[in-house]
Amino acid sequence: MSEALYQSIVLERARHPHFAGRPAVFNAEGQSENRMCGDKISVFLNGTHLRHEAQGCAILAASAELMCEAAISKSADEIAILSDKFERLVQTGEQNPELGDLNALAGIAQYPSRVRCATLPWSALRDAITRAGSTGGAVNG
Amino acid sequence: MSTTLLPLDVHAIRQDFPILSQKVHGKPFVFLDSGASAQKPKQVIEAMRFVMEEQYANVHRGLHYMSEKASDAYENVRDKVAELLNAASREEIVFTRNATESINLVAYTWGRTALQPGDAVAVSEMEHHANLVPWQMLRDAHGTELRIVKITDSGELDWNSLEKVFADGKVKLMALTHMSNVLGTYTPVERLAKFAHERGAKILLDGAQAVVHRAVDVQAIDADFYVFSGHKLYGPTGIGVLYAKAEILEAMPPFLGGGDMISSVTYEKSTWAKPPHRFEAGTPAIIETIGLGAAIDYVRAIGFEAIAAHEQHLTEHALATLSQIEGLRILGSAQDRGGVFSFVMKDAHAHDIATLLDRQGIAVRAGHHCAEPLMGRLGVSSTARATFGLYNLPEEIDALATGLERVRKIFA
Repeated sequence: MSEALYQSIVLERARHPHFAGRPAVFNAEGQSENRMCGDKISVFLNGTHLRHEAQGCAILAASAELMCEAAISKSADEIAILSDKFERLVQTGEQNPELGDLNALAGIAQYPSRVRCATLPWSALRDAITRAGSTGGAVNG
Repeated sequence: MSTTLLPLDVHAIRQDFPILSQKVHGKPFVFLDSGASAQKPKQVIEAMRFVMEEQYANVHRGLHYMSEKASDAYENVRDKVAELLNAASREEIVFTRNATESINLVAYTWGRTALQPGDAVAVSEMEHHANLVPWQMLRDAHGTELRIVKITDSGELDWNSLEKVFADGKVKLMALTHMSNVLGTYTPVERLAKFAHERGAKILLDGAQAVVHRAVDVQAIDADFYVFSGHKLYGPTGIGVLYAKAEILEAMPPFLGGGDMISSVTYEKSTWAKPPHRFEAGTPAIIETIGLGAAIDYVRAIGFEAIAAHEQHLTEHALATLSQIEGLRILGSAQDRGGVFSFVMKDAHAHDIATLLDRQGIAVRAGHHCAEPLMGRLGVSSTARATFGLYNLPEEIDALATGLERVRKIFA
């Protein structure tokens, strides 16, 4: 099915986000932007929780949601490993059992021009972690 | 087979474009992105092959048979372009890389000499970045002012705003699109040229979109500068055109220095060749220029009257068909508009629309279309855009509509 990428989980998460919105209090904010299309996202670290503010397509929004869910309560080192595995998933399209619901985005590999939509939230998260580190805070210590 | 009556035998025309018979993702290739770059007919491909296989050498240099043949073929295209635009003379045609380079050439040379610090350049809210950024660069380097003429909600020039922008007499150049690459609006260029001239300003027209769809007569318009790119006119990439009135070119200093643009060179001093060669430093895009010549022959043989009638038919069909789609909004509703349709859909982002259409073999563009300030004016961050060429069929617009209905259902 050629539209497999837009399977229900992706659309569902884009449409009904659980992690969207700027929190009143947060330790650090990271940002990432795709200058080519104007999509942008902010990710907020708030203790062990994450929130995001995504402006862009369904893939960006769904990826941000799935990322926030997957990264909850993980350490910065664990997130770095997860981020690398996710990068491999969207580049190769090969499902990875360790990635759970993130596998819903494996189909993006067939759309090279859209891979960046899926990885943008992860860039913003890495940016947030870097900033948290430089100001003394961090994800889960 | 289609039974639609068209002003052109489009099915025959499509045979000239080898790429259109391809399948994409197993579906017939529906190419609705000609506004970004048009496909090439085999006449253009053949002309470029011919020059490389049988007539190639550098131009304007060799005192040998092949160089003379290539030079003649190359210079012959200057005549074809002059005829295409109805320029008063072939010397008014300068070859560049594309419309963007043509505008930069004008900004860099004419802008820095004919304009004084404090003079103003006026552009509109619906310019491509190519007709905005060079004037910003001139402003920053040379102290000119940059003024923006507003557009109305229908996507037409706002004449009240135009009057205001010109009120203090400082505007010395109006640089405007002849056809918006986002809204499809044609600007009333004759009236605008008169308006500018009456106020002591020159007019530059960005014809990148318009020249493909309508016969352009720079003398009837009374344009001071007119620019376009070859690749949107069914020609190759890497070749563009700057038209400017002879007396303006004559007074302009060179753009780039090097071979071919000089009259004499000593270590102390060089003197410049006459236009147009003054502005064509270095070995030009010989093969691409000859390809452009073939493209001009191709469209002129079909005739702009027939092309315009066909595209008008497509435009009306698209307006009627796309307006039926629930939640779809077409941006711009100018009275005088052509086959450029930007649209947004409720709940579906432009990139998702483009990706889902692509899976159905339909190529549209999505993004800000190199017109970020216009996106801001329209209150959107990006749009999907369908643009038509002379080879498009009403059935392809129907395929687009069907595809968009499918997108709507996915996001409903």
